[in-house]
Amino acid sequence: MIYNEAIPAILIGLPLLAAFITPIINLASRKARNAFVIAVLAIEELLIILLAWHVFTDGIVIYTMGAKNPGIVPLQAAVPIRIVLEIDGMAAFMGLISCTVAMAAGIYSISFIKEGNGKSRYYTLLLIMLAGMLGMEFTGDLFNLFVFLEILSIASCGLIAYRQHADAVEGAFKYLVVSNIAALFVLFAIALFYAQYDLLNIAAIAKVMQYTQLDKIALVLLVAAFAMKCGSVPMHFWAPDSYSTAPAAITAMLVAASQASLYALFRVCFTLYGSLMDYQTIGLAIIIFGLLSMFIGVTMALPQKDIKRLMAYHAISQTGYMLLGVGVGLYLLGSSDFNVYGIKAMEGGIFHIINHAMYKGLLFLTAGAIYYRLGTRNLNEMGGLGHTMKFTSIFFIIGALAIAGIPPFNGFASKLLIYEACYKVSPILSIVAMLVSVLTLASFIKVFHSAFMGPKMHDVKDVKEVPKSMLVGMAVLTFVIIFFGLFPGWVVSHIVHPAVMALVDKTAYINAVMGG
Amino acid sequence: MIWNVPFITVALLIAIGLYAVMFKRNLIKIAIGITIIESGVNLFLITLGYRKGGVAPIYTNLPSGVTPQQMVLPVPQALTLTSIVIGVAVLALMLSFIMKMYQHNKSLDSHSRRLKG
Amino acid sequence: MLETGFGYWDAIAWIVAFIVICIVVYIIRGFGKREHRKEAEEPFFSGVELPDEKVHVKASNIYWGFIESMKGYYDVMKKMHDGIINNYISWFIFIAVLLLIILFAPEVIP
Repeated sequence: MIYNEAIPAILIGLPLLAAFITPIINLASRKARNAFVIAVLAIEELLIILLAWHVFTDGIVIYTMGAKNPGIVPLQAAVPIRIVLEIDGMAAFMGLISCTVAMAAGIYSISFIKEGNGKSRYYTLLLIMLAGMLGMEFTGDLFNLFVFLEILSIASCGLIAYRQHADAVEGAFKYLVVSNIAALFVLFAIALFYAQYDLLNIAAIAKVMQYTQLDKIALVLLVAAFAMKCGSVPMHFWAPDSYSTAPAAITAMLVAASQASLYALFRVCFTLYGSLMDYQTIGLAIIIFGLLSMFIGVTMALPQKDIKRLMAYHAISQTGYMLLGVGVGLYLLGSSDFNVYGIKAMEGGIFHIINHAMYKGLLFLTAGAIYYRLGTRNLNEMGGLGHTMKFTSIFFIIGALAIAGIPPFNGFASKLLIYEACYKVSPILSIVAMLVSVLTLASFIKVFHSAFMGPKMHDVKDVKEVPKSMLVGMAVLTFVIIFFGLFPGWVVSHIVHPAVMALVDKTAYINAVMGG
Repeated sequence: MIWNVPFITVALLIAIGLYAVMFKRNLIKIAIGITIIESGVNLFLITLGYRKGGVAPIYTNLPSGVTPQQMVLPVPQALTLTSIVIGVAVLALMLSFIMKMYQHNKSLDSHSRRLKG
Repeated sequence: MLETGFGYWDAIAWIVAFIVICIVVYIIRGFGKREHRKEAEEPFFSGVELPDEKVHVKASNIYWGFIESMKGYYDVMKKMHDGIINNYISWFIFIAVLLLIILFAPEVIP
């Protein structure tokens, strides 16, 4: 087809370049700037689909930065030099999520972010954030992972504080402190690897990994840091603070950013260490993180008054499902049960990642639509919005049903996989997961009731439907939700299963770089 | 034994920084704590890169008395440099957030927060 | 069609079944006595008559009973989510140390 081997580099390079062109175009015309940003995001989406198609059909794609022949890794002294991008099924899968969410957020922002006050810089940071996410997901180099992690968190912090409210600045500050300390831990772990093996390439380290004492310390640092960055209880406190104060489109991006950290966690557990480590202990730890996240997240969501804070706690709770599904897979790694239901649990967990990015992104965007019209996030001041904001309420219903796991939406499909596979390990896991699902539905009924139902409130009488670009942004995500809901079998067998197999198959990842 | 001094310093720096971040209530002191942790990690990286009698690999024509085997691959130095640059950006952003928070709250105490529960 | 390892999930089949059930329900509804529908007044089942004025239950009052009955749990949670950045980091360090202990325990304790 029209596939080109430079696509991985373009995917990271294009948003970085476009980020700094955007303010220049802004000097000419605001419309041109909007068109430019949307065009870049659309091209990114197109390219990632091409790349993902290629990866899912032909296997792992390698891109060596700055090499004459980037498809091959130059092995000098049996050590890969230069930064290597390595895109396997899992990375392509995560890239699809990042690009889709970024496109929806970009379209949504056209009218959501009011002109003036540096909107061109907003788009600059949004594009840098996309580049950071894609870089984290595509890179095959540990130090490069750290750099993109920092790029991502700095850009996110700038965007969280975009409105410069007292709350927004505080949320951004907390996120910056937390993510910077996590990143420093990651850097320390990378230094431990370099001290032992003189290597930075993930595949190369995985090949010579001895699982020494230092490797154990590095494992702890990496798992703790990435678990904090993905918002698992009890290291989740930053998430509600920063999610609730960021502009809604950015919150949707932050969900995808947390999932990039989740990806890094899984990459470390499965590819870097794999069956070398005490995978049962770490798997159990991840399962416990998952259970705690699910339960504490959802119970803390119930009494919230701030609509976005409530949704942020749900984001934590849904992250628990992913940790649970993949944790069960890690726990069973190597045992004979793995091929029976370990794979299914992981499929559920990984499928839930993309589902969650879509419906939670959509829900945050609807919360933003409400904020756009009412100027408040307080649920007590809302009511009767369904009379006038018809499309927004339909989008909200779809998102709420999907997150609660009501058939036929996509949340149900992934949760069903998780329930059934976890039941085989321990029925308690499934019971907690179902209970959390019920509570999720309950708290979204609360939001729906207090925001959209009831009589027209006096002070919100002039509430109209939101502008078209915001509706289009929400519609993009809704389309994906409905598509995934109607054809879960196709999605799982063509997108999710290859991603899971790429995660599990450590040797393929190593051989793609190290050869034979 | 004496070779372990840098590593002990690294441990001390990280411990001091973590102490500051965990127990100091002043936001500026938290920022300082993070910078100290970062210095510790940077020192760790640069210590790993030290080779006794090594030279920088920057010569086209080797000076007398230097063999190619003495040249040191400068990866840890490059990593440290990158990390320092990132650290500067983070510190600048963090201080500007603290400044904004002070403007809003009239306080630098981490306990005078708005977001909780 | 999604194979879950124990059974199958097919959203299209579910929707078809849903629509069929809806039609069946509608047909069964058609068997009911027609004159009942003409009665002007709605049948009164239970509770109190709703006042005509506009009422809207505020978000804070929804699930009041649930939260009240789990007061002990929520008090602990409120204490945990205190919003102080120092404690966020302390939790992170605590978890890291805990993981370290768990991972090294089998070596120290034979």
